[in-house]
Amino acid sequence: MSTLHQPQLHESGKLHVTGEARYVDDLAVPALVAQVVPAPVAHGRIRRLDVTRARAVPGVVAVFTHRDVPGENQVGPVIHDEELFAFDTVRFLGQSVALVVAESYAAARAGVKAVELEVDPLPAITTLDEALAKGSFLTDPHTMQRGDVEAAFVGAPLVLQGQVRTGGQDHFYLETQCSLALPEEGGTVRVISSTQHPSEVQTILSHVLGVGRSSIVVEVPRMGGGFGGKETQAAPYAAMAALAAVKLRKAVKVWLNRDQDMMWTGKRHPFLSNWRAAFDAQGRILALDAKLYADGGFSSDLSRAICDRALYHADNAYFVPAIRVTGQVAKTNLPSNTAFRGFGGPQGMALVEEVMSRAAERLGLDPATVRAQNFYGDAPRNVTQYHQTVTENRIGRIWSELLESSRYAQRRAELEAFNAGSAHHKWGLAITPVKFGISFTTSFLNQAGALVVVYADGTAQVNHGGTEMGQGLHTKIRAIAAHELGLDVSDVRVMTTATDKVPNTSATAASSGSDLNGQAVKAACETVRERLVPIAQKLLGAEAVSFAGGFATGGGKAVPMREVTQAAYLAQVSMSATGYYRTPGINYDRATAKGKPFHYFAYGAAVAEVELSGLTGEHRVRRVDILHDAGRSLSPSIDVGQVEGGFIQGVGWLTCEEVRFDGKGFLATHSPDTYKIPACGDTPTEFHVKLLENAAQEGVIHGSKAVGEPPLMLALSVVAALRHAVSAFGPAKTEVELAMPCTPEALLFAVEHAKSKG
Amino acid sequence: MIRFNLNGAWVEASDVAPTTTLLRWLRDTRGLSGTKEGCAEGDCGACTVAVVEQGAKGPEYRAVNSCLLLLPMVHGKHVVTVDGLKREQLHPAQQALAEALGSQCGYCTPGVVMTLFEATYRGDLDAPWKLDDQLCGNLCRCTGYRPIREAAQQVAGTCPADEFSKALPASAPADTSLQLERAGQRFTTPATFDALWDELDAHPDARFVVGGTDLSLEITKRFQAPPKLVSLEALAPLRALTEVDGVLRLGATATISELEAFTAARSPAIHRMVRYFGARQIKHRGTIGGNLCTASPIGDLAPVFLSLGATAVLRSRATERRVPLHEFFVAYRKTALGPKEVLAAIEVPRPSPTARSVAYKVSKRRELDISTVSAGLFVDTDASNLVTVARFAFGGVAATPKRATAAERAVVGKPWTRETALAASKLLGEDLTPLSDHRGSANYRALVARNLLVGFFDETLTVRQPALQSGHAATVQPGGLS
Repeated sequence: MSTLHQPQLHESGKLHVTGEARYVDDLAVPALVAQVVPAPVAHGRIRRLDVTRARAVPGVVAVFTHRDVPGENQVGPVIHDEELFAFDTVRFLGQSVALVVAESYAAARAGVKAVELEVDPLPAITTLDEALAKGSFLTDPHTMQRGDVEAAFVGAPLVLQGQVRTGGQDHFYLETQCSLALPEEGGTVRVISSTQHPSEVQTILSHVLGVGRSSIVVEVPRMGGGFGGKETQAAPYAAMAALAAVKLRKAVKVWLNRDQDMMWTGKRHPFLSNWRAAFDAQGRILALDAKLYADGGFSSDLSRAICDRALYHADNAYFVPAIRVTGQVAKTNLPSNTAFRGFGGPQGMALVEEVMSRAAERLGLDPATVRAQNFYGDAPRNVTQYHQTVTENRIGRIWSELLESSRYAQRRAELEAFNAGSAHHKWGLAITPVKFGISFTTSFLNQAGALVVVYADGTAQVNHGGTEMGQGLHTKIRAIAAHELGLDVSDVRVMTTATDKVPNTSATAASSGSDLNGQAVKAACETVRERLVPIAQKLLGAEAVSFAGGFATGGGKAVPMREVTQAAYLAQVSMSATGYYRTPGINYDRATAKGKPFHYFAYGAAVAEVELSGLTGEHRVRRVDILHDAGRSLSPSIDVGQVEGGFIQGVGWLTCEEVRFDGKGFLATHSPDTYKIPACGDTPTEFHVKLLENAAQEGVIHGSKAVGEPPLMLALSVVAALRHAVSAFGPAKTEVELAMPCTPEALLFAVEHAKSKG
Repeated sequence: MIRFNLNGAWVEASDVAPTTTLLRWLRDTRGLSGTKEGCAEGDCGACTVAVVEQGAKGPEYRAVNSCLLLLPMVHGKHVVTVDGLKREQLHPAQQALAEALGSQCGYCTPGVVMTLFEATYRGDLDAPWKLDDQLCGNLCRCTGYRPIREAAQQVAGTCPADEFSKALPASAPADTSLQLERAGQRFTTPATFDALWDELDAHPDARFVVGGTDLSLEITKRFQAPPKLVSLEALAPLRALTEVDGVLRLGATATISELEAFTAARSPAIHRMVRYFGARQIKHRGTIGGNLCTASPIGDLAPVFLSLGATAVLRSRATERRVPLHEFFVAYRKTALGPKEVLAAIEVPRPSPTARSVAYKVSKRRELDISTVSAGLFVDTDASNLVTVARFAFGGVAATPKRATAAERAVVGKPWTRETALAASKLLGEDLTPLSDHRGSANYRALVARNLLVGFFDETLTVRQPALQSGHAATVQPGGLS
């Protein structure tokens, strides 16, 4: 029986719980270790860099600087604006200046101390506001618009304006950045890296080392979490390891400890958005005009695409008759901000959700009603600000099913009664939607490859371009391959991701892992299966044969698949094949800001209930109900895990996680001592997650839908519920002033503000 | 020579510096890579292992952070790691976690497994929220915790009659005393007071250590190795928790988890503070004395002890002396301890039934976080509701844990009413001088301190010494005025 669409355990679950699962730092390979010499200031000119004394430290094997780079001293993934080693100017505190390679970490640290580095400080920009004031940008503004915005504001019954800020977020993958480089013959190198994008690591290494990509193999066994933080930012440290390994002809490992990882690698982009919106008296939105600014940090990284995705999601699930959204990425002297689950989408949605909340508060309406009446609908209310038509819109169905199953209306009434009788604690309840566009918005990236190998004994190995970071991709791929080949899942092994098996891959990102790689694996399996069919026909003596669950059946008989594969081997039939997939029909013209960037949309909605203390600003999420659209789920158990985990990660971003730099560009919150991701007790005890039923999506692998990122944005329901609770401390129609993240301090000051209206 | 039992077999760790952590030794020397480093500061739990300690009812498995545990601290003890759990079959904790899909990336998982391992053999996890307390020291970034909780519900308290249960009675720490000098570092664990005083006479510059939850950070975060350490862990009298004539005598090296169990039925105020003190792993190693002797302004025990009128018992070779706790904190991170003197115990008188007493801790995250503001609040009144004693102690709002004496003076002799509490809250600024940092601004801290005093009045209107309600209660619980 096929395990497709059935609940499955995680493919590595048993290895995880026994501690057998190996991560890069666990590999039993003797290797030299390394420490990075970091820039001591956020901005400055290097006056002197002398590593002579460091080289003499006992146990130090070598010290590398930009002078030692044989190829390009560049690791910028899209735009080449990021040096591997800074050489004249340092542009953020912690930027790599040199690498000390040693026999032990103690020796490497002593070597770092012995490096003579003198930097003349230059004025540094360490906040987004400062960058905006000084006109410091990484990109030009990009605008998406539809409708006559200016005209829509004229005579509008209600015009609101405001500023929305969202904070940064550290990925806090439990496994920090790590790469192990093993030199091989003739100047070639094998790099085992904790990266979401092995092909890009390979590409950057080839530039740094000045060799062809064929000289480099990058492998990813598994990651201890990625969340976007290992899409581009594994590359610099992998490049250092490779450089050292090739130069020294010895294995070299570069591993960042927690503090280094948090201080030196980029995070979710903080955004600042200025907006104005027009509504009619019933809360129907007439126009939205917004400027979004992202803090990109010191270099481009993926910031332009991230800012674009914020613009693509500034509508969320709402049809705005006249809309104009402009985005621009600011340049600061901070670590380069990067991909993080949602990739700008959450920041765009946070903006429009605040707009909806504000309108409901001002008008004294139930925010659920205000939101629902603004959803995308039938033509002409179905065209986005980038002029893609919204088809197969499921938000209405999700919304009504969830309102019903969560007893939203009754609970809202119960809550009013509780609040009326409670002085210090107030409850809040809210429902918010998510519509998230699926595809890399850089259209050519939507491609994937696979290599499927079937052995004569009827077992198979599957190689594909995706990487496993915990999301369950390998579990889904295994189910797809077993289904297509008719094998039992226990006879299918998903292999370490490696660039020599599948070339030119895209990052495992944009929620696309199973959509793209699943199709490629399916195609490869189909090729092998087609070759096995005639063999089975002969064995079974039947024209119509089928393969399932480890057996070939036909003509009333069944034989184990291993007999088919053995017969195929003897008959000199090839049992390996590659597969390839590209997403059809997607495009975006940046010049006109129009196109169809998304293959489809994923939908969901969440109802959150919170309790807020008016004495301390502390809150607790009491209950959450989620209905999420994962299409015809490839694996419901895996997908529910993505929804739950994404939601709580979003709650962290919006509530307890606060990235704080001091005025000099030093990260004050550089360890879990000071940076607080949600703990076990922060998860609501009542946490009801359901996947939408009867929801097969045409044109996607086996009717499924991407699920990695969209659920994170369901956490905006918690912010909406907190606003509701805050407003309960003030008089009717209190407009809430609540900063994000909604820390106890932000909430208490919001409560004070609400009380002051009474 | 350090000798301990690792996964059932006695092992020796020779030629290692005494400041080597168990985590680094497991991974680097033994190649046991199942145990992970996630933060090296006891805040994530990926490195969790189980150590057998002598509990009130016999030997018990305790989940601890191996990243903070120095090798000499496990001398003579039994240690179980994730690499030693699987036998013919998975351990029930492993099985439950895998079946609940409680692992996604799997990196936090070995630590979660070991915390569930302790939970499997705990007999007192009788409410769902206690599972959160058990698990709050294990951060997971992938799952959102629901499946981990589910696994915990399945195994907690099941006490299977397996070989781990059977091994337990014979696994109590035996002789843990130790004297070790290696790589220019000295580590001593004296078993008697005479041996302690002798060590201090010979090495007056040695520093005390017990659980290492604070001191080990110098090693794992600042990469500095203290040259001389004296562990007080083997001195049994320092660990005792007793009650005599209405006074709780709390041994300085009793762990926070031991204090939590001891105070559950004896001191609601202390128990409430200890609930949110830290993770289970930290509570198992952190001690009363360690928390007080760092004299940190954000130590959690000081405010509640100050509010209860506690006395510090200080012991040296020659004498034992008593110092009121508010005189124990001399300045920022400085105490009244003299040279060659140890904090032996804290004596806490039980409040009279007429007294109102609560302790509060406010932090950015409810569990496993450091206080932004903490408070121990105590008011006693006479028959006509006039205040006879007031002690308002705060943490996080001055250079030391501090009594708000102006506010205290203002209420003594006054009727204990909401107006009195409100008026007193406005005087807190005379004693409290909060700073702004990444945990909170000065304004926020000042506002919270005022609100806590008013909230204290409201909460204690009917029940004067309210215990923590089950479940996830708010910091200030709804009382007479909700």
